[in-house]
Amino acid sequence: MSSRVRDIKFDFVKHRNKFFAISLALIVLGGLAIAIFGLNLGIDFSSGSRVDIQSDETLTTEEVSKEFEGLGLQPESVTLAGGGEIAVAAFKSELNKDEVAEIKNTFTDLYEIEPSISTVSPDVAVDLAKNAFIAVAIASVGIILYVAIRFEWLQGFAAIVALFHDAFFIIAVFSILQIEVNITFIAAVLTIVGYSINDTIVTFDRIRENMKFEKKVKTFDDVARVVNKSLVQTLARSINTVLTVVFAATALTIFGGEAIRPFAVALLIGLLAGTYSSIFIASQLWAVWKGKQLKKKKFSPVESEV
Amino acid sequence: MVKKGRIVAFFLIVLLLGGLIGTTVMGVTKEIKLGLDLQGGFEVLYEVTPAQEDQELSQDLLNSTVSALYKRINVLGVSEPRITIEGEDRIRVQLAGVKDQNQARELLSTQAELTFRTTDDEEQMSGADLKEGAAKVVFDNNQPVVQVTLKNPEKFANITREISQLPQPDNRLVIWLDYEEGDSYQEEVTKPADEQKFISDPAVRTVLSQNTVVISGPPFQLEEAENLKELLNAGSLPVQLEEIYSTSVGAQFGEQSLNKTVLAGFIGIGLIFLFMLFYYRLPGAIAVITLSVYIYLILVVFNWMNAVLTLPGIAALILGVGMAVDANIITYERIKEEIRSGKSIMSAFKAGGRRSFTTIFDANITTLIAAGVLFAYGTSSVKGFAVMLITSITVSFLTAVWGSRILLGLWVKSRALSKKPGLFGVKESEIDEL
Repeated sequence: MSSRVRDIKFDFVKHRNKFFAISLALIVLGGLAIAIFGLNLGIDFSSGSRVDIQSDETLTTEEVSKEFEGLGLQPESVTLAGGGEIAVAAFKSELNKDEVAEIKNTFTDLYEIEPSISTVSPDVAVDLAKNAFIAVAIASVGIILYVAIRFEWLQGFAAIVALFHDAFFIIAVFSILQIEVNITFIAAVLTIVGYSINDTIVTFDRIRENMKFEKKVKTFDDVARVVNKSLVQTLARSINTVLTVVFAATALTIFGGEAIRPFAVALLIGLLAGTYSSIFIASQLWAVWKGKQLKKKKFSPVESEV
Repeated sequence: MVKKGRIVAFFLIVLLLGGLIGTTVMGVTKEIKLGLDLQGGFEVLYEVTPAQEDQELSQDLLNSTVSALYKRINVLGVSEPRITIEGEDRIRVQLAGVKDQNQARELLSTQAELTFRTTDDEEQMSGADLKEGAAKVVFDNNQPVVQVTLKNPEKFANITREISQLPQPDNRLVIWLDYEEGDSYQEEVTKPADEQKFISDPAVRTVLSQNTVVISGPPFQLEEAENLKELLNAGSLPVQLEEIYSTSVGAQFGEQSLNKTVLAGFIGIGLIFLFMLFYYRLPGAIAVITLSVYIYLILVVFNWMNAVLTLPGIAALILGVGMAVDANIITYERIKEEIRSGKSIMSAFKAGGRRSFTTIFDANITTLIAAGVLFAYGTSSVKGFAVMLITSITVSFLTAVWGSRILLGLWVKSRALSKKPGLFGVKESEIDEL
């Protein structure tokens, strides 16, 4: 494979507008999906209660609803998961301590497995969402600053565009598939933020290195040549790395159990989007911006600093 | 000339590492503290309000609440309770591996302020009048009761004198646990016995001048009497606690999650190992060694930090493997490139190592920035994830960069690999002529 990868004569920069168009189209579609379907917010973000009931036998929603009725409780919804052996009951209100105790006793007696119960008050839900948002914003600023110092501003911005591209993709797919968004989802998005940036940086690092060897980088075509060369050189690494991480994320998705599945799915989507954006979007975006910057500089006496 | 000494050194190091890991890994994994999502347990976030209205919620008050909570948890025999103050008015309690979650929850949030009142709800005596830590369970006609000791028997004598002179049915001393403004004895006494909010209401017919008082309850079960005793001895909370977030995981749920995630982890890591061996040959084998060391070190470091392993934490660990693999791949791809450009194995190894270092460094730092922000702004499970991610990145940097380099260096410097680019996964035909 490596020899074939090395001999690729694909012009990554020439076709940039097609890639931009593909991403733009997908982003619009994703935006529509989010607008229409919304997100399936878990109680971490919407407040209320959630009861996970497990049994050794297959459960039915009627059976579970009836038990709750017996306790004088009215779940908002009861859904089955894990091949029908797990039932998830959602409540709009926070269950109080005594209700939690009653539910635990009832279902432990019934199925001999203690249910898991979470309750979140609206205040806490708002705090969680707020903190997550602040975290992403601060992380972005930190990353731009670091890239600006180690590389250059334009690459920092290109990396952040790629990052939001990837994060948006995860959110869109979660909206389409209506997978529950909970606190581990936030962790997954932030991991992808780290990965995406990691991936982009590896390519930019090669561009930075190749720019040093170039005698003259005066026009957009020069920039395009360097970008193409760098992308081909790092292609084997990009593919191999994403393959290995996809192995891990897929194993988690298939074998990891209910609790970790949303996390693993988010990771998988983010990894694929991240690889796409670092090969087809980030460097091309930088090439376009750099080309414009060079054009401006032509009329000024200052030489290109690269 | 092949220098056999270096190859021998390589195998000695590998054997040593293998021996160290093989003999200690079971002990290390046993010591790891599992979070409540992996062994069952619960977590509650309380909003704290002062018990008295005129009281300010100060840091001191929060601290004394936390220490009172610790005392109560000791009663439950939970080995690793975690109680943290969050923000200005919140306390988070995490108890992993609690047997009776309902009992624990009740025990935690009860304010445990004992008061003695008249039938008009007028306070006569409070927990402050009791000797600290002197409550005990005694038996009265085979019935468990709680006995408390008074600081000042004279005060009690005065109170009982007054009450005993009141006409029936007002000659009663009502004992309340956590009397709330608005509670009324007259209302409660009309309710059935098991719904009454006060503990007991003994009639007082004579002046009592002894220094102990027996609370006989409505009658108590032995366990209830024990709990009340422990609560009284642990001291009352200076605040009221209201649950605003709680999550509880059944023990079986936790165990299942742990087993499944560990299985998934093994499968994922196994696939990665196979891929590395198949694609990168000798360096791939070295990557497998350093990755195994990485996983072992992570667990050791995690124990040192006394951190708790949670579900997202395991995910972070597996992702850390991905990062470590990436560092290996970047290095090996770079070495392969140098070999293809016609360099000798020795100089390709040196150049590849040097050039890949900055790449790996920059890529790791950017991820560290993201993980650091997560740590600073995340709570509970996200924080656990961030801790694991930061540890993973740091350790993977050490093993994948230095570890791999030292081990591969032994082979390269032995000259056993000279003219054998196939061991790096490079075909002779791919090498450019100089």
